[in-house]
Amino acid sequence: MQQCLNIDPGKCTGCRQCELGCSFAHEEFFSSSRSRIKVFDLHDQGLFVPYTCTQCADAWCMAACPVDAIQVDADTGAKTVDTGVCVGCKVCTIACPFGTINYVSATGKVAKCDLCGGDPACVKACPTGAISYIDSDTAGFSKMQQWVDKTAAQHNVQT
Amino acid sequence: MAWNQKVLRVDLSNGSCVNEALNMRWAKKYLGQRGLGSKYLSEEIDPTVDPLSADNKLIFVTGPLTGTCASTSARYSVVTKGPLTGAIACSNSGGQMGAELRMAGWDMVIFEGRSAQPVYLVIRDDKAELHNADGFIWGKTVWETESAIRAKHGDSQMRVAAIGAPGERGVLFSCIVNDQHRAAGRSGVGAVMGSKNLKAVAVRGTGCVEVNDPDQFMQATNAAKAVLAEHPVTGQGLPAYGTQVLMNVINQSGALPTRNARDVQFEGAENISAEAMVEKRATDNKPNLVRNAACFSCTIACGRISQIDRSHFTVKERPEYWKASGGLEYENAWSLGAANGVDDLEAITFINFLCNEHGLDPITLGATLSAAMELYDVGAISDKDCGGIKLKFGDARALVQMAEMTISGEGFGKEIGQGSKRLCEKYGHADLSMTVKGLEFPAYDPRGVQGMGLTYATSNRGACHVRSYTVGSEIMGVPVKTDPHVTEGKAELVMAVQDATGAFDSAGVCIFTSFGWTLEDLAAQVDAACSGEWTVDKLVEVGERIWNLERKFNLAAGLTGKDDTLPKRILKEAARTGPAKGMTCRLDEMLPEYYALRGWTKDGVPTTKTLNRLKL
Repeated sequence: MQQCLNIDPGKCTGCRQCELGCSFAHEEFFSSSRSRIKVFDLHDQGLFVPYTCTQCADAWCMAACPVDAIQVDADTGAKTVDTGVCVGCKVCTIACPFGTINYVSATGKVAKCDLCGGDPACVKACPTGAISYIDSDTAGFSKMQQWVDKTAAQHNVQT
Repeated sequence: MAWNQKVLRVDLSNGSCVNEALNMRWAKKYLGQRGLGSKYLSEEIDPTVDPLSADNKLIFVTGPLTGTCASTSARYSVVTKGPLTGAIACSNSGGQMGAELRMAGWDMVIFEGRSAQPVYLVIRDDKAELHNADGFIWGKTVWETESAIRAKHGDSQMRVAAIGAPGERGVLFSCIVNDQHRAAGRSGVGAVMGSKNLKAVAVRGTGCVEVNDPDQFMQATNAAKAVLAEHPVTGQGLPAYGTQVLMNVINQSGALPTRNARDVQFEGAENISAEAMVEKRATDNKPNLVRNAACFSCTIACGRISQIDRSHFTVKERPEYWKASGGLEYENAWSLGAANGVDDLEAITFINFLCNEHGLDPITLGATLSAAMELYDVGAISDKDCGGIKLKFGDARALVQMAEMTISGEGFGKEIGQGSKRLCEKYGHADLSMTVKGLEFPAYDPRGVQGMGLTYATSNRGACHVRSYTVGSEIMGVPVKTDPHVTEGKAELVMAVQDATGAFDSAGVCIFTSFGWTLEDLAAQVDAACSGEWTVDKLVEVGERIWNLERKFNLAAGLTGKDDTLPKRILKEAARTGPAKGMTCRLDEMLPEYYALRGWTKDGVPTTKTLNRLKL
């Protein structure tokens, strides 16, 4: 079974614990700018949106890398950066249509979400369950369930 | 570690920005934020200076936990000498600003002198420079200022703390607003910023915050987060209803100051309560509350995001206020609502938006408007004084109009902008100002909660609920229930809460954690984060030291034990309804015992023995 991060913006309070968990897991310090997951504040709509790499199966970053520094983690399916190989050319950052792989000037390498080897720190840090790590093949199931419940409720009201 | 050990000193008179080392000896004695900022201020200014002169200083200061993953570690404080009170002022804010300052590598920023021209400060990591604000953001609102600075500097992630036009003009209860609706709200710190010709502080930090023992820190912070999640107040009440969970509770307790504290219960309380905020409106079938929101790293998320009914008279013709923004907290719902006898939820939400947009303290604004309404009621001011507005208790339209005049500085709005003490003195009714040391008291009537009377009377920044929130014990039973109507034991309670609060306020975390956390929980996190040994005893000692340091500053500024009192109404006029019916606040039964417990003379002066014990 392959798992993926599933994000429910409706549950996000904008606390950025995910960013702190991420930076701590990878760097042992707290830094929003070094986090591989970012929370966006859509202030006027009253909405917060955590945003990170979706681990494309056929990943643009991986295809673009001229030195094959980006590899597939066999266990999780995550696309991971081998910092020993990465030359910091940034071609992957251009290739990624989502902006979720980024150059870090402090290290001279790129960084992206690596699913923490299958135990994502952002999921553990999130206090509201806005980020979960679930079976990617049935990621839509809970949404289906919500619609089923909603439809059922409407049906009950009408009858 | 934990402290960045870096202070940015900005001399506004000559435009210099200098990086200097944090005084670590003081950091070990005062921890950070409120404590450390107060120490710097007391060492660097003469306590008798005019608060709005170039000789006063304005300090933005974080705590050692600010910017870490400890829950609620968003906080920074603004410390200065306050213009409403002439006492030491310290206002605490959340949002993202404090953490950004820490990630930019700083612990504090000290502003001194006065700029000849309006300026704003931009901090990008270790680089800091002043820019010209004239013809750019001077005169603009807080919200416009944030957008303009981000656009000009090409960085949408910049955090901005700013004053509005009232702060530039010296409205005495101006605040400093960051992240659109988080504020260093009380004591008029925004007026001090305005007097220095400083419009805004913009920060972008791409660095990091490090702690002394990462593994121990993660263990301590995770355990502390679990405590908050499991506690009924921080895990359920505050996220669901915000601080507004208190409106009906305090009203039922007969401790809701109503119509300038003529009464202690408000018949319209339900209409402006947390329960009303989640109810769908008849007009548009939507509730006032959009969602809850958190400050940086906060796992409680008590913040309110609200949307005003588009058909409401306040915004019908003004679509710029149709968006979601910072909604009502309990204090503001009280000050703008119950204090004025107004139960129009949408109207008071609108004034709350205006306070955020223009940088005003809604507690003092609402309380001053209610004093004005009473002046109008007793005939001390007339329609003519008010520019034709009939300033009657309960009139939402009059309230909104007068709030807008205060913001623009037109007509009688100029008088409101001086706060209720100066207003009531001017019109010959000094007793109608519900203030202590010149600061309006918040949403708890001391006749119904005796401990809050002692809290207000002795608070070093004037009447304030967040210096020793005994409501926790007296009404909510946290951590232990005490009877709100008795004075026995309150001196001890107030002192213990004051000292503990000093520690929480200096660590970088939110005081709301103290509903769930004991000092043990806090000490475990501070100890793991900071070098040195941080025990509960040490935190209590730090808290007590801060309290006495602030007291020393105020005495040197000219305040005396005589200022530790309450408005006559609270001491002499009994509550007319509710569980506290027939009661006044019996401050005289608590104050002498409090002084004795503090190790102060009967006139409220710390003895040499006390000062020596605290190494002051």
